[in-house]
Amino acid sequence: MAVVLVLVDHLDGKVRKTTAELLTIARRIGEPSSVFLGANVQAAADILGKYGSQKIYHCDSAELTDYLVVPQAELLAQLVAETSAVAVLIPSTPEGKEVAARLAVKTGYGLVTDAVDVQSVDGRIVTTQSVFAGSYTVKSTPSKGNAVITVKPNSAPPQQQPAQPELTPVDFTASDLARTARITASSPKEKSGRPELTEAAIVVSGGRGTGGDFTKVEDFADSLRAAVGASRAAVDAGWYPHTSQVGQTGKQVSPQLYVACGISGAIQHRAGMQTSKTIIAVNKDQEAPIFELVDFGVVGDLFAVLPQATDAVKSSKG
Amino acid sequence: MNIVVCVKYVPDAQADRTFSDSDKTTDRSNVAGLLSELDEYAVEEALKIKEAHDGEVTVLTIGPAEAADATKKALQMGADKAVHVKDDAIHGSDAGATSLLLARAIAKLDPQPDLVLTGMASTDGTMGVVPTMLAERLGLPAVTYASELTVTEGAVSVRRDGDLASQTIEASLPALVSVTDQINEPRYPSFKGIMAAKKKPVDTWSLSDIGVDAGEVGLGSSWTTVESFAARPPRQQGTIVADEGDGGQKLAAFLAEHKFV
Repeated sequence: MAVVLVLVDHLDGKVRKTTAELLTIARRIGEPSSVFLGANVQAAADILGKYGSQKIYHCDSAELTDYLVVPQAELLAQLVAETSAVAVLIPSTPEGKEVAARLAVKTGYGLVTDAVDVQSVDGRIVTTQSVFAGSYTVKSTPSKGNAVITVKPNSAPPQQQPAQPELTPVDFTASDLARTARITASSPKEKSGRPELTEAAIVVSGGRGTGGDFTKVEDFADSLRAAVGASRAAVDAGWYPHTSQVGQTGKQVSPQLYVACGISGAIQHRAGMQTSKTIIAVNKDQEAPIFELVDFGVVGDLFAVLPQATDAVKSSKG
Repeated sequence: MNIVVCVKYVPDAQADRTFSDSDKTTDRSNVAGLLSELDEYAVEEALKIKEAHDGEVTVLTIGPAEAADATKKALQMGADKAVHVKDDAIHGSDAGATSLLLARAIAKLDPQPDLVLTGMASTDGTMGVVPTMLAERLGLPAVTYASELTVTEGAVSVRRDGDLASQTIEASLPALVSVTDQINEPRYPSFKGIMAAKKKPVDTWSLSDIGVDAGEVGLGSSWTTVESFAARPPRQQGTIVADEGDGGQKLAAFLAEHKFV
């Protein structure tokens, strides 16, 4: 059976849920093997096996973390050559897309980014993407049969299919090119304690209508255990960090529920959220284009509506 | 310091964009085109570097005749010259082929650039992979999503704001850097700039000029094939209520009804 390589997304061996999703998808098109880069592969082996990983290729070289993405792409290209993998699945993060881009050029494989679905149809790999600000769905197939695919979070419910993965260390030396860019400083972001924006089941976002005061948006988000997002207007005004921006030049989110508070709904913002399953808006302006998208909308001041909703949600939970 | 900025001519995102039925490529016939908004930040950054370090800014685009509009805007902003790669065989090129065309065009530039600048993504395809694919083809380091860029002797230093950390990355020149919309505030072309742009050199190159075979690019050589496209079904008109002192409770009731609480 054809090998499908899955690049494992993890933090010190703690595997993220997106990797379980990728392994589930990989089983549809072949036999999954995980590629684990960094330390603590033992900690990850259990979970990777649980989701059907047949092999775990691993490498813990400082070159992989010091020099951005080039070494990762080189190592994956080496494994593609060794295994003749039919596909390589990579999480759709900015870094993941960069690894994928370099790998596609190195291997001559088709490149698909931000897939929301991957299926096997008559032996072909068929990917689904959402394009033009979420207004179209496109299905593609790799012209030569094999592909590098970056997959968005929540594209498949993870399903277990236990295997006993064989751990295979990889010998790897980075090229000179890989050493031409390196990380010289890194300052960690403050942790909010809230779920990660792109993976959250519920996202509550604030825009211009907050006037810079996000406390009511945050309180409401916390009552729902939601992530907090922001529109570009709010980010440009310096009210919320760029990493929380939802929209074309920020995060693309597709949660079960999206609540837009004081956000008018410009096309750039819609590009980042209109594939959300259920959409709610709170806005003083009844003409705001966001209301065209909503399942439920409240025309009103978010500073009156949100605290009342927060109290009601809290009391319903007892 | 010689800088080349790669820019793209894209259909206006405010308009209703679609695909052409015949070959499933982006339909450009019914939608006005313009310089991809995100590329303006790359042009602006190039101009700022030039103002601080001297040198020349060349703007490069690939596309049909209308794509000259994208380079024109960049020239009006202050770029020195433009190169437009234009050939019927290019139609339908995907990210891989586009990166090949850009790489071959850059290889033909004289003098060779010290820095290749791009926007973080185009506003139509939005994949954001062409910059990295281009760097791979040119054998250059790539630093993507820069929100701050400093040029020093033989190197660039870039700040990059990720989810987990804000990083400083150093790359030796020549290098490729893609920039976000956080990096600067693009200038508007001045009247003087608009007049001056008319006299600036624009080279138009064909595939043979840059040493690309027609079989290497275009729809037929793309690494992925679009099988189908479908408009997202319109959302059903939802319920909209005016807040009459109970808007929050109604919102909470909707959440409860749909099992979000």
